[in-house]
Amino acid sequence: MKKFSSLLHNLILTPSRNTKIKLLQDYFNKLDINRAYALAILSDQLSFQFIKASKLRELVYNQVDQHLFDYSYDYVGDLAETISLIWPTKKEGKSQNLSTLIENIKKIKKSEINTEFSKILSELSNNERWTLIKICTGGLRIGVSERLVKTALADLYNKSVNEIEEIWHGLEFPYENLFQWLKNETSKPKIDFKKLFHPMMLANPIDEEKDFKRLDANEFQAEYKWDGIRVQLMVSSKSVSLYSRTGDNISSAFPEIIEATKGDAVIDGELLVGRNFKPSGFNNLQQRLNRKKASKDLQNKFPVFIRAYDILFYKGKDLRKFSLLERRKYLEKFQKENKSNQIDLSSIINFSTWKELTKYKNNFHDDLNEGVMIKLKNSEYLPGRKKGYWYKWKKNPKLVDAILMYAQRGHGKRSSYYSDFTFGVWKESELVPIGKAYSGYTDKELLVLDKFIRNNTINKFGPVREVKKEIILEVAFDDVFPSTRHKSGVAMRFPRIHRIRWDKPVNEVLTISEFKKEFKLS
Amino acid sequence: MDFINHQLFIKDINVHIDPILPKKTAIITHGHADHARFGHDHVIATRQTIDIMKIRYGDKCAKKFTPLRYGQKYSIKNYDFTLHPAGHILGSAQVLVEKNNHRLVITGDYKVGKDETCKNFKLVKCDTLITEATFGLPIFQHPDPKDEIQKLIRSVKINKNNCHIVGAYALGKAQRVMNLLRQQKYNETIYIHGSLEKLCQYYSKEKINIGKFEKVSSKDKNFYEGKIIIAPPSALKDRWSRRFPNPIICMASGWMTVKQRAKQQGIELPLVISDHSDWNELLDTIKKSKAKNILITHGQEDALVYYCKKQNLVSKPLSIQGRSDEEIE
Repeated sequence: MKKFSSLLHNLILTPSRNTKIKLLQDYFNKLDINRAYALAILSDQLSFQFIKASKLRELVYNQVDQHLFDYSYDYVGDLAETISLIWPTKKEGKSQNLSTLIENIKKIKKSEINTEFSKILSELSNNERWTLIKICTGGLRIGVSERLVKTALADLYNKSVNEIEEIWHGLEFPYENLFQWLKNETSKPKIDFKKLFHPMMLANPIDEEKDFKRLDANEFQAEYKWDGIRVQLMVSSKSVSLYSRTGDNISSAFPEIIEATKGDAVIDGELLVGRNFKPSGFNNLQQRLNRKKASKDLQNKFPVFIRAYDILFYKGKDLRKFSLLERRKYLEKFQKENKSNQIDLSSIINFSTWKELTKYKNNFHDDLNEGVMIKLKNSEYLPGRKKGYWYKWKKNPKLVDAILMYAQRGHGKRSSYYSDFTFGVWKESELVPIGKAYSGYTDKELLVLDKFIRNNTINKFGPVREVKKEIILEVAFDDVFPSTRHKSGVAMRFPRIHRIRWDKPVNEVLTISEFKKEFKLS
Repeated sequence: MDFINHQLFIKDINVHIDPILPKKTAIITHGHADHARFGHDHVIATRQTIDIMKIRYGDKCAKKFTPLRYGQKYSIKNYDFTLHPAGHILGSAQVLVEKNNHRLVITGDYKVGKDETCKNFKLVKCDTLITEATFGLPIFQHPDPKDEIQKLIRSVKINKNNCHIVGAYALGKAQRVMNLLRQQKYNETIYIHGSLEKLCQYYSKEKINIGKFEKVSSKDKNFYEGKIIIAPPSALKDRWSRRFPNPIICMASGWMTVKQRAKQQGIELPLVISDHSDWNELLDTIKKSKAKNILITHGQEDALVYYCKKQNLVSKPLSIQGRSDEEIE
């Protein structure tokens, strides 16, 4: 555990990618028993059933005054780090192996978690405690992607990272077949590819200035970019399953799709809410997300369908090396053979110049797509975000000027800066908050805002600071919906700070009714 | 205690403690720039603080200087002032003000832990305590600085082809790091950023063991492989630091307790070495001072105010302008 926690400590503090790879390789090279655990942790595949963030809070409140903890958490901005620092170390026990420690924790009965897990935390050093809590809460956020771990392993054993990527989702803890193959002791693990979630092909944002000069419009096709969730649908005569972009099986939440789908294929598409293949907006889709099951009532109220983009397998045939144009033919064939009320095809936009495409990007009559996707016609289906094949070109965001009202310290890399901003518009002589944003600003703007907030606080509500109403933020957002949960009656989708409007006086900011009118909410 | 206001100003006799703007009479607790300023008429401080002010701002940075030994009484009307060691940096002092049997202590910046570069903190019993709270959160529990400096020494041994640049405040922290290295038998020459030179020379003159040091010069790049260089934190991001071979960026500061902080600042080797009291030392000082009335100056005052109220001590924060609530040390 000492070695693994110092690995994480070094990884989080090292800016250099090469040094990170070297640190990972040094670790994986040496430790036989523990590396399977390390790999599971680094790829976010290990968690403890009974110990989540809420449990950890409960445990720490038993150790220290709740207010003192809250003040500290507000300052640090990272739960694992706050708990590890504030936890009263009893006496450092004998250092345990990573594997032993984890197995011991897994054995703890639910009824004994409070005493047993607290005891373990007390016996660890600060850094080990930090590591263990990071493992419990998942998502290490130490600047190491799953891809980087795979790259480190591949380089260490002279394999290609794509080979690892291909079989990755078919591997299981403790990855013996992986390590044996890496060390050339056995051949590459056999994976049943048809049953396996395949990492999705993702797009890079287009750089309008550079890319359009460089790229030949004739070599690309375009489709609308739909605002739902990306899914992979696996259909065979025996079973149908639906996976999210991250490879989570979400079949049980969308039974109508599972029931209605027939055929033998792996389909890539967008899950949307709507009737008769008319999407009704992300706001409605949200009613169906993060649920394990969907009642009949919910299915009727918010029916879902899949808009298919691509096909990876057709009747057992691996199409991933085929070109996009060829795959499209198979996709159309699949669609014709298996007519369904739950699947339609994403339509292709005809265009011959980039300028012509601009029209489609911006002027599409409603707000249900986010822009266009531009795909190289002869692109293979490649996992991950490879450059040069698929691009996304988002619509220009909507913009509104709003007044900075409250601020809170951020988390993660922005911890300790006042970086979460609540902004509002006028409602008669008062301000009403319309949204909260914690991105979009430059580092320089963040420093300016942080300083303004520290020097212009007029009120403190716990961790929240109310500031003088002097700063106008130009807020960019993807969409805005009516909402009953917010005082203003509106909810923004993905608001971010576009720039600071030093030039504009606060009395020129819109009122809430003007705002609603402008964005067609009333 | 109502004779002093939240700006640490005693109106009755027109005396300020650590004022930000030029004043008639200023008692200065120590030489850091957020406490010691240029342009007062009359400065009262320890001899070393006065020396440091002269080094930093020139001999004429005040019209008149009154050096006080620790414990030496200085009276204005019915106010008696004495200075007591604060253990923060060389020359640092707490100010005890006595008036009509009321004892008021302004700690200035202080640390309780041992430090060979200055006279160690002395607890002064009082009725009212005005304490700092730079590290006024229970997450701050400073480790033994010897262990921290060993991390640096180990890293130097392992990474022979790199140079280690240690960010440390030019006054106090830099010399403390040097002294800690010497205590741990690191006997090589330590290389310093030009802005540290005069202060290092002064510490040497005051017989503080900081060992052999030399100003960084435009030598062959590879010369600095395996060496330790000490520079003010601002120089770490500057072009200045790019002249060195494969630098490992280190920082000696209490803030380094928080990994996310270290990461934000691009610090690869954080060294938790602080010249301020940590949480437990703050609580301990409050308790042992026997003060019934606690006022808290700059820092993370919220948690400390909450704690004192829970202990039935009258407590409130003083917000002193010109002191940022962080980044000071």
